[in-house]
Amino acid sequence: MNRQIASLFRLSAVAFAVLITFTAYWQIWAADSLATRRDNARLVYRQLQIRRGLIYAANGHTVLAANHERHRNGLKLFLRRYPFGPLFAHAVGYNTVGNGRTGVELAENDYLTASNNDLATVVSRIGSELQGETVTGDNVVTSLSVAAQRAAATGMQGKVGAVVAIEPATGRVLAMYSSPSFSPEEVGRNFPKLLRTPGAPLLNRATQGLYAPGSTFKTVTAAAALDTHLLTPDSIIDAKGHCITVQGLPLCNAGTESFGPITLTDALTNSVNTVFAQIGQRLGQNRLEEYMTRFGFFAEPPLTYPSDEMNPSGLYHNGHQLKPGAPVDVARVAIGQERLAVTPLQMAEVAATIGNGGERMRPTLVDRVLSPSGRRVYTQRPESLERVMSPQSAQDLTGMMQNVVDEGTGTAARLNGLTVAGKTGTAETGVTGVNTAWFIAFAPVTDPKIAVAVVVEHTPLFGGQVSAPIAASVIEAYLGQGVAQ
Amino acid sequence: MRELWNLGWVGGLTAIGFLSVYTARQNEISSASLTYAGVFLAVFGLAHIGVRAGLPNADPWLLPLAALLCALGLTEIYRLSPTLARDQSVWVVIGLLGFLAMIFLVRDHRRLEPYTYLLATTAVVLLGITMVVGTTVNGAKLWLRFGGVQVQPGEFAKLLLVVFLASYLREHREVLTMAHRRILGVGLPAARHLGPLALMAGISLGVLAVMNDLGTALLLFGIYLAMIYVATGRHLYTVLGLGLFVAGSWFVYHSVGHVQERFHVWIDPWAHPHTTGYQIIQSIEAIADGGVFGTGLGRSLQVLNHGQTIIPAVQTDGIYAAWADETGLAGAAGLLLIYLLFCYRGFKIAAIADDGFSKLLACGLTFAFALQAFLIVGGIIRLIPLTGITLPFVSYGGSSIVSNFVMLALLLMVSNRAVERA
Repeated sequence: MNRQIASLFRLSAVAFAVLITFTAYWQIWAADSLATRRDNARLVYRQLQIRRGLIYAANGHTVLAANHERHRNGLKLFLRRYPFGPLFAHAVGYNTVGNGRTGVELAENDYLTASNNDLATVVSRIGSELQGETVTGDNVVTSLSVAAQRAAATGMQGKVGAVVAIEPATGRVLAMYSSPSFSPEEVGRNFPKLLRTPGAPLLNRATQGLYAPGSTFKTVTAAAALDTHLLTPDSIIDAKGHCITVQGLPLCNAGTESFGPITLTDALTNSVNTVFAQIGQRLGQNRLEEYMTRFGFFAEPPLTYPSDEMNPSGLYHNGHQLKPGAPVDVARVAIGQERLAVTPLQMAEVAATIGNGGERMRPTLVDRVLSPSGRRVYTQRPESLERVMSPQSAQDLTGMMQNVVDEGTGTAARLNGLTVAGKTGTAETGVTGVNTAWFIAFAPVTDPKIAVAVVVEHTPLFGGQVSAPIAASVIEAYLGQGVAQ
Repeated sequence: MRELWNLGWVGGLTAIGFLSVYTARQNEISSASLTYAGVFLAVFGLAHIGVRAGLPNADPWLLPLAALLCALGLTEIYRLSPTLARDQSVWVVIGLLGFLAMIFLVRDHRRLEPYTYLLATTAVVLLGITMVVGTTVNGAKLWLRFGGVQVQPGEFAKLLLVVFLASYLREHREVLTMAHRRILGVGLPAARHLGPLALMAGISLGVLAVMNDLGTALLLFGIYLAMIYVATGRHLYTVLGLGLFVAGSWFVYHSVGHVQERFHVWIDPWAHPHTTGYQIIQSIEAIADGGVFGTGLGRSLQVLNHGQTIIPAVQTDGIYAAWADETGLAGAAGLLLIYLLFCYRGFKIAAIADDGFSKLLACGLTFAFALQAFLIVGGIIRLIPLTGITLPFVSYGGSSIVSNFVMLALLLMVSNRAVERA
């Protein structure tokens, strides 16, 4: 029987070897993917035991995201609190245990949880872990201005749309508001309900919302025409009356407006479609798309922000982005129609670039990161991305846009004692009385401190009526508080 | 002397284990941890004296290995709940009393041989009673309730089955090996010799069908096949038996929902992560959390507020997952190697024993330990469908601890006689 006993022992040995191998599989090969599963209770508890870094407004002392400390079973747990409620819900985002995180909370998660690679942070974290102390994350100071954000939220009250404000010289995002908003503390409890809420409050329209830009896009067409020396602000173009025919279909001016030969400045001031359509044809698709690319169209926005919360602007067909060179009606692209779809962030970048003398800056949301003791861990410096057009072209375009606000479609954005350059846009959705109303602007004209893009969707009004006053109030609130803050 | 020495370092390890759980818990070294280790050492010291007095030539490794498994289990249970650890300590003491009672009352395992059919009947009756009046826990009827104490008859049936099979097979191994007639070129023994064996197979499947206890069924059937194989040396029985079991399982799978569910959970636990798949997912995630060296005893996340554990039944089914979490692959492999070492000593005793009954008994007992460990560890790591049986000597549970110590006593008796005669 000893032969059988020996084979039974061999069988047992093999069985135990298989057990060890399989255990090793879970502990070594599959460990990482299991550790990050959302149903993993360990992950949840570990996150709750980290004192996340605070998120501040640009002034460095107004707290936008704080921690609420709780003691349970000898464990210190930290729950996220947002003192401003819905005001910064999209820009700052939320941090939940079961429903993930968004916005700055996600984009800067490594700093906020002290899991970045900064040497001092690593040393301090390991020290805390070894001593069983609470790991404290780094604090993030954003570029967001409470005043500008408040003005945006007030202006957007009861409306659906978004506001983005950028500092032209640096690319710092001063305001980012999407309406309707939500309470970020509610996400943990009421996620399914928020998903079903009409108006899709969880959607960040400022970076994700894709809208037809309407006439605001004429600034891009004008930039291309000026910078390629095709035209000057004083060039005369024949508007040819109320409508022209493009590709067999009539392309008309708004309302019953009819124009003859007018200057480029007048054409922008009155947003003359028939002129800009011709400019688009004369530029040709390649040159127009070249300038669009320089402005940032066709590409992921260069903002450090969760990529699934941002959409590239450009030409779309059935939800798919078209590459430059795809067959399009360039005359209709030039007036912001065709299949153009843009985000408020992109249009704010257009305004900021013009305001910055034609130099496009990388948009940023974080000014600096500080260790819990206040040491600077990271400093964001302004970064130039591209010279989109010459300073002269930018100056010419600024003059034309100032005219829009002074005597054209954008007079609602006029502010006392302040020069504002802007452009209106009203994109029809195909349903009568339902428009997408735009306004982009920057101010003061001589030394722009703020560029704004406002979009209001599902409105019977025009961009100059509904969006321009909101842009003006954001500019006023931001400049009124003293820019230094 | 060697046994005492072995027990010495087991006691030391226990002290270190409790110490680390304690420091993780309270950030201080408490005397309670040393008390546990001290009492533990004293209890096993007494058992050691008992073994040396009653069975002077018994294997010096098995008791310390069992003690080590007990210590590891107790440490992990203590880490999960000091209250459960106190209960478990009491069960260990009761188990050791049973162990000593066996050594001094039975003394020689061969004295059990005449009671072959009585033992088998007892096993069947035990299982039968449970089938009829058992308490259903987690969809399986495993328990008999006597006042406040719950007993798991399956644990004792396993022991009785091994003794019965050792005796029956010793008596019938010649006739089972000889071909009575040939069917399709395959030699088969006479039906009357196969009868009791077929009955045992039927009982295993009955356990599965009526008690919904896949674990015990697999265990009983596995022991049964292994012992027939050892007795006859014929693979035919193994193949026949496996075929029978697969056919039976297929039938049970289609007629019993509980078994079907276990199978589906095994194939894809993530299909229902919050209900049926919850236990296995939490176990796997706990194991994965351990990595190579583990989180450290007492330092992983096992118990939530109000004492609720993350892994359901972590102190019984899930003890290996908790252990693998806290001690990592190093500790998990170490634990399995202890079982392998235990098996090695057990099979060695079987090999040097000089009569058929002793050989079969030692072999069956050893294989029962190995198979039980394999079934529960394999289940909790999703190698095989998860079944609710205990990890011998490690899991929380009175019936399991007591029956395991009784089995250990029998194994030591065989070794004592084998060495005496050698």
